[in-house]
Formats: sequence, structure tokens, C-alpha cells
Amino acid sequence: MDAHVTTAPRHEHAHPTAMLYAKVGLVLFVLTALEVGLYEITYGEHVGSMASAIKPFFVPMLLLLSAAKFALVGMFYMHLKQDSKLFTGIFVFPLIIATIIIVSLMVLMAYHMAFARSG
Amino acid sequence: MATRVQPQAPPPVSHGEKTGLWSWITTVDHKRIGILYGTTAFIFFLLGGIEALLIRIQLGSPENTFLSPERYNELFTMHGTTMIFLAIMPLSAMFFNFMIPLQIGARDVAFPRLNAFSYWVFLAGGLFLNSSWLFGLAPDTGWFGYANLTSTQYSPGLNVDFWMIGLQVLGIASLAAAVNFFVTIVNLRAPGMKLMRMPMFVWMSFITQVLLLLAFPVITVALFLLMFDRFFGTHFFVPSGGGDPILWQHLFWIFGHPEVYILILPAFGIISEVLPVFSRKPLFGYAAMVFSGVFIAFLGFGVWAHHMFATGMGPIADAFFALSTMLIAIPTGVKIFNWMGTMWGGSLQFRTPMYFAIGFIAMFIMGGLSGVMHASPPADLQQTDTYFVVAHFHYVLFGGSIFGITAGAYYWWPKMFGRMLNESLGKLHFWLMLIGFNLTFFPMHFVGLNGMPRRTYTYPKGLGFETLNQIETAGSFLLAVAFLVFLVNVFQAWRKPRNAPADPWNGATLEWSIPSPPQEFNFAEIPVVHGRDALWDMKRERRGPLPEPARVSGRGIHMPNPSYWPVVAAIGVLSVLLSLMFLSHFGPLGVVVAAGVLFLGVFKWAFEPAG
Amino acid sequence: MAAVAHEVPHGLEHATATGLDNRKLAIWTFIGSECLFFAALISNYLVNKGRSLVGPFPHEPWTSPSGEHFKPILEIPLVTLGTALLLFSSLFVVLALSGAQRGSRKALVGWLAATIACGVFFVGMQVYEFTHFVREGLTLKTNLFGASFFVLTGFHGTHVTIGVIWLVTLWILAARGKIPPSKSLNLEMAALYWHFVDVVWIVIFPVVYLIK
Repeated sequence: MDAHVTTAPRHEHAHPTAMLYAKVGLVLFVLTALEVGLYEITYGEHVGSMASAIKPFFVPMLLLLSAAKFALVGMFYMHLKQDSKLFTGIFVFPLIIATIIIVSLMVLMAYHMAFARSG
Repeated sequence: MATRVQPQAPPPVSHGEKTGLWSWITTVDHKRIGILYGTTAFIFFLLGGIEALLIRIQLGSPENTFLSPERYNELFTMHGTTMIFLAIMPLSAMFFNFMIPLQIGARDVAFPRLNAFSYWVFLAGGLFLNSSWLFGLAPDTGWFGYANLTSTQYSPGLNVDFWMIGLQVLGIASLAAAVNFFVTIVNLRAPGMKLMRMPMFVWMSFITQVLLLLAFPVITVALFLLMFDRFFGTHFFVPSGGGDPILWQHLFWIFGHPEVYILILPAFGIISEVLPVFSRKPLFGYAAMVFSGVFIAFLGFGVWAHHMFATGMGPIADAFFALSTMLIAIPTGVKIFNWMGTMWGGSLQFRTPMYFAIGFIAMFIMGGLSGVMHASPPADLQQTDTYFVVAHFHYVLFGGSIFGITAGAYYWWPKMFGRMLNESLGKLHFWLMLIGFNLTFFPMHFVGLNGMPRRTYTYPKGLGFETLNQIETAGSFLLAVAFLVFLVNVFQAWRKPRNAPADPWNGATLEWSIPSPPQEFNFAEIPVVHGRDALWDMKRERRGPLPEPARVSGRGIHMPNPSYWPVVAAIGVLSVLLSLMFLSHFGPLGVVVAAGVLFLGVFKWAFEPAG
Repeated sequence: MAAVAHEVPHGLEHATATGLDNRKLAIWTFIGSECLFFAALISNYLVNKGRSLVGPFPHEPWTSPSGEHFKPILEIPLVTLGTALLLFSSLFVVLALSGAQRGSRKALVGWLAATIACGVFFVGMQVYEFTHFVREGLTLKTNLFGASFFVLTGFHGTHVTIGVIWLVTLWILAARGKIPPSKSLNLEMAALYWHFVDVVWIVIFPVVYLIK
């Protein structure tokens, strides 16, 4: 659509159009539908014959879908793709620390609750 | 294009600098905010010191009855909490505030009103925490507040609530300041000051801000979970409801370990400023100093469970955290060798700041050595909960942070206050502090390994702890004398006229290029930087010292207006948390009113012209 | 030695070392910090998952010792609708920002209203969900699931509410013509915060509602 008027002193690359934003929105909607659909056929009311085959892959697939949504919102709606890489760094570095913390706590507490706690 | 400014005869007060209480309450000037932080922090430091002296009196003899066990618990809790959150951190903040804009060639921080807000929230938190003494309800569950001692079942009184709310308030102050200094350092550097040309104090402070931003949210969550347990009946840390006290320890130390790097990195930065100037030699291994600092910060998030070796995490977790903890000693070692490399071959000037800097290195090495000894889980099982650990952290926090901050105080005093501190008194202060400190804390290594437990109000006769404890108590009073000497020094300096030179030490960094104390706008003209040690660089170009900078009118330089909305917002922050603490008294209406004050402060601030 | 005078501006940008605006840098820094806040809350939820001593449970039915029957308490369809609306609200706010940057007040005000409507619906959905759960017998005190669920989604919901208040303030300003292109950064900051809140929900939704 229209050219983006920037107020930042630095000039940015060609700005995404409203059409691109809408497409991203559609993809986000579809990914969400896939997430819920995956849940429904694995555990929900529409459990099918494939459920037991899917179950071991359920969590990884769900996390992948969420990660894709996360990345899309970050790159396009939050403009990380077009903006200075400094912003990407400021966002990604804490996410790495956050992931380390979440995984570590799950592992440490799982061990603790399985072996160290009495009862 | 340069702004032409006309030098004039120095006016008695800098242009635009107002006096009076209201000007201090509404100030948004980073230099004034720095002085507010420093003065407040120093008073809290003395308070924490008195708490320590009371502890030492009690422990001076076995089976002493000077303090009751309850009072003792309150004292060691408040001593730790005060020294960490109300002394060391805000003393470092004094230097962040005063020096970072000057060292990067800026006129102020990125968000002056946010800066003021941080100070007022800190003051509110510190006063609130210490108001507990007035009610006889001081926090008494340790500075680390382990669950489930902190549950309502075992701590039904308001003591823990004071601690919980107080720390939450202080956390907000730290987070706001961290955003401010992060943006300031990234964005407000003078032209030509690339990241790898910044003074090392700015680098270490920058890394500290990143640690603050990443670590404080975790303790914020831990404190909220505790708050929900205590106020709303959840069972996050209550075993009977399915919760686990160990979760508190994990969350606390995920914050707590980066916190100790937050406490030491600014001192590392100060030492890295003082040593080059007083060795007349650039810092050895600048790049290695930067990268070791970054490595320490990153790795600092991977060592926290070394505080939990006695909790039975299992051999794999123990081994992992032991290895990561030993690993983090390496970048620290790099720094120590680089400091020594800075002095090696230099023309050493033994002035007071240098004494404290060298003392820092020696004491920090000792603290680091006992720290590495803790890194081995089997060894730590003997050391943990004993005075051996107390020795370790006092060597790094007092021998490290406090010696470093004191070095910074003597170094930057002329710049901040326009007066030189007395050299003889300074050296006396140093020797009293060095001897007093070692008398107090060195014997703790021995009584600790011989089994004297921490956090216990007394010990029985006949275990062999008596003599060393007496020495420790004597040492602590010698420390008190040392600080009296410092106060005398400060007082005598205050009575002198404000005529210190701009550059008394032949400094390497930009703060020494402007008058002492600086004018409100800092630099008449923003400097252009061509290399590291920007000021030495400029002196080299001129082949000689720079002329004493004149005080100028500053006409045409627009500085931000003062504002009282940060104070209102700070009061709002405290009110909201208080309203939760006293929900049963004031009900939801209290929360609404408090939130209203907060919103009023924030909205008026947002729509006020920045000036 | 050349020197450059920098003057502190009257509200607009001035030269910065990176060329990036201070306020945009600040909001990203704040967002980075908030990642850790939600990481700790999500960790708490995951650590407590499946550890409740009593029901009601999120995905399983439960009969209490006194014989009371409880269905699985989570209602996926309603929350899915709220999730979708929150996602669309991110699209709407981006379109509003684009309108602001072009100087189109109609687009700005219209899309911003749509964003706010979605946000209000999401908060409304959560309020309904919370009150419904309490009626069904799940409170903060009931079990670890109740505690962890209400705290995690409650803090998220609080963030959404603050975002709504922020956006409403901007909407009022926009309607009065007080957000010209030169001031669009104010909206950009709010939009970035809003996207972050959306992104946190993108993680919370599967973790809480879809993973058993």
C-alpha cells in the first residue's frame, strides 16, 4: 500500500504493506487452528485412531507451532525483521536465558520430586 | 556546529543550579540524584554497621544474653538485607548516576524523571523496610527468606511482610534504573565513543544493568508467589498443600547469584579506573576485561545451585553446578592478572584511592579463593552454614565491593563535591579498615571449619570458639573507628572552600575535563572522542595538560525541567503494595485508592512537557 | 579539535549513538526484562503441573472424597476464541500504527478501536473464566493448579488490562488529532508492548490449555 513515513533518524528498508500484515494474521489464525485441531484429535472430543500414534510427538509439534507464531509476531508485527538487529538481540538474549531457566527448573524439580522428597 | 559560549568569572553557584529542599525533591539532574543515592546509602550503611556491631557484641562471648534469639534473628536478617539492598547497590548507583553521563560525554541520562523516580522508590523501600524496627517487627528469616519458615504458619507476624514488600519496592527502583542506564550507555555516548572505547567503569556498569534486568524479575515472581501464600492462602511453598519449599530456593538463587555479580562488577569497574590513573599506564588487556565481564555475567546465570549443594539435588546436578562455578573463576582470574599487569612497570602513585584499590585486589583474591573452595560439593557440605561461608562473602563483599566503592569515593570526591579529601586521614582510614576488616573476618575461616554455625545467636563454652570470636568483635569495633575517621575527613573537607581542580589526578577519562563540581549541563561543548582513555588522548594531542576549564554561562543549552510527579508515582508504588499488605484493614478500596495515586503520578508525568 | 553541540530537544528525536530512538530502545529493554518475569511464572506453572493433591483438574475429571463430581475444568472453545481475537488485535494495532505513520487519522482511530475491542473481549473472557472456575470450586487456595493457573493467567491478564488502558489513552489522543506522524512513536511503544503481551499468550495457551 503506501510508503511508510518513518520518524527515526535512520532510514529503514521497504516497509511491509497492509496486505502482508493481513497475510501474517491469516497464517497466525491457521496455526492456532492447527494447534487446537491437533489437541482435539489427540486428546479432545474428536479423538481418532491416530491419537496414540501422535501422542509422543504432540508436545514437540505444539511447541513448534507456538514457536512459529511467536516468530511471526516478532518478525513482522514487532518489525524485528526490518529494524536494527540490536532490537532482535535485546529480545532474543533474555529469551535464551528464560529458556535455560524454564528447562533447568523442570529438570531439577522433577528429579527432586522423584527421588529426594519423601512421600 | 559548535555552540559559542562566553567564559565568564566563576559565579558562586553554577548557572541554573538552585538551592533549597524543594529543588532537591524535584531534581532530575543525574548529579544531584547521585548525591541523594550516596548520602542515603551511606546512612543505611552506618545503620547496617551498627546492626553488625550488635551482632558482634552478642557473639563476643559464649552463651551471651546481650541479645535474645529473636532479636538476633532480626539483626542478622536486617544487616544482610540492608548492606546488600540499601548500602552496596545504592552506593554503586551513586557512581552510576554521577559518573556514567560524564564518562560518556552526555548531558544527563536518557530519562531524567525516571531516574528521579528510581531514587524516590528506593528511599520509600528503604524507609519502609526499616520502619519495621519501630514496630518491633523487623524481618527475622534471613536476607534470603527461605520457605517455609516464611509461611504464615511459622512466621505469623508482619515481620516477613515488611521484608517481602520492602524488597518488591526496591526491585522496582532497580529495574527502572537499569532500563535508564542501559539506554543511556547504548544511546547517549559522545561522537566517536565506540563501545570498545568506553571507560571500563561504564562497561562494567553496563553489564551490571543487563544482570539487573534479567535477574530482578525472577525475585519479583518469587516474592509474588510468597505474597500469594501469605495473603491469599495459596500453597506454592507449603508442603501440606502440595507445594515445595525448594522451589523458593531455586527461584531466589536464580536471582541471588547474578545479584552477587551485580554487587561486585561496579567495584571491578572502579578499580579498573583507579589503577591505570595511579599507575600512569593504560588498563592492561582492555578487550579481555570486557569479554571476561560479559562471560561472568552470562555464566552467572548457570551457577545458582551452588548455594544449594546441601539440599540433595543428586550427583548430576551437583557436578554440573560445581563445574560451572569453577569455570566462572577463570574470567575473574583474568581480571586480577590484568589489574596486576596494569600496575607492572607503571609509575605508581600511592595516594589514598590507590591504597584502597590495591587493598581491594588482595582482599578479593582471598574471598575468591574461599569461594572456589565452596565450589566442590563434598567440601561445601562441611563449609555450608558455617562461618567459613560468612568469611568468604565478607571478603568479596566488604574486601571487594566496599573497598572498591571507597576507592571510588576518594577518587571521585573532588569531582562530585569540589573538595579534596585529606590524604593523611585517608591513609589512616585505609590502615584501620584493612586491619579491622582482617581481624574481624579472617578468624571466621577457622571457627567456621571448626564447626561454628551461622545464623545462631550464641555458642556453648568449651568448643574453642571464644578467643577468635573476641578477636573478631574487637576487629569490628576497629572497623567502626575507621569509618569515624572517614566521617571526620568528610566533615573537614566540607568546611573547605569548593575549589578543587578539575583534574587533580591526571585522569584518563572525560569527567576530569570539566569543572569540579560540574555545571548543570556537564559539558559546554560535547566532546568528540578519538580513542580509549579519551582525556589522555586529548592531552597527548596537545602535548601537555589541558587548561583548567572555565565555568561558563550555559546559555542556549536546554536542560530538562524539574518535576515532582516522579515523587508522586513513587508514593503510589509504595501505597499499592501497602494496600495489599493491609488488605484486611483497608479492603479493596485501599488498593483502588493507592492505584489511583500511582496512575495520577504516571499520567501527569507522561503528559508533562519534558522541557 | 572539532566539537559538536548537542541540545536536549523539545520532545522529538535528537542524534543518538545508534540512530535509534531512546524510547523505542527503552520499551524493548523493558520487554526483554519482562521475558524473565513470565519465564519464572511459566516455570512455576510447569513445575507444579500434575502435582495437585486434590481436584478439580484442568483436563481430567475428579471425584472428591465426599463424592462430588468435577468435570475437567478448562473450556477450550471459549479460550480459543479469545486467543484468536488477541492475535487479530496484534494485526489491528499494526494497521493502526501504519495509519498513524501515514497521517491517516481515520485508519489510526478505526483500527485502534478494533484493537481495544479485542483486548476488552479477551479480558472479559478471562473474568468470565475466573468467576466460572470459582463457582465450579476452583480457587487460589483449592490446589496447586488453581494457585498456579490464577497467578500465571492473572498476571498476564493484568498486563493486558494495563495495555488496554494505555491504548484507550492513545485512542482518545488520536481522536483529538494529537497523534500526527511525528508522534507515532508513542503508539509504536504501546504496540510493541501489546505484541509482547500477545506473544506471552502464544506460549501460555498451549502450555496451560493444550498440554495435558
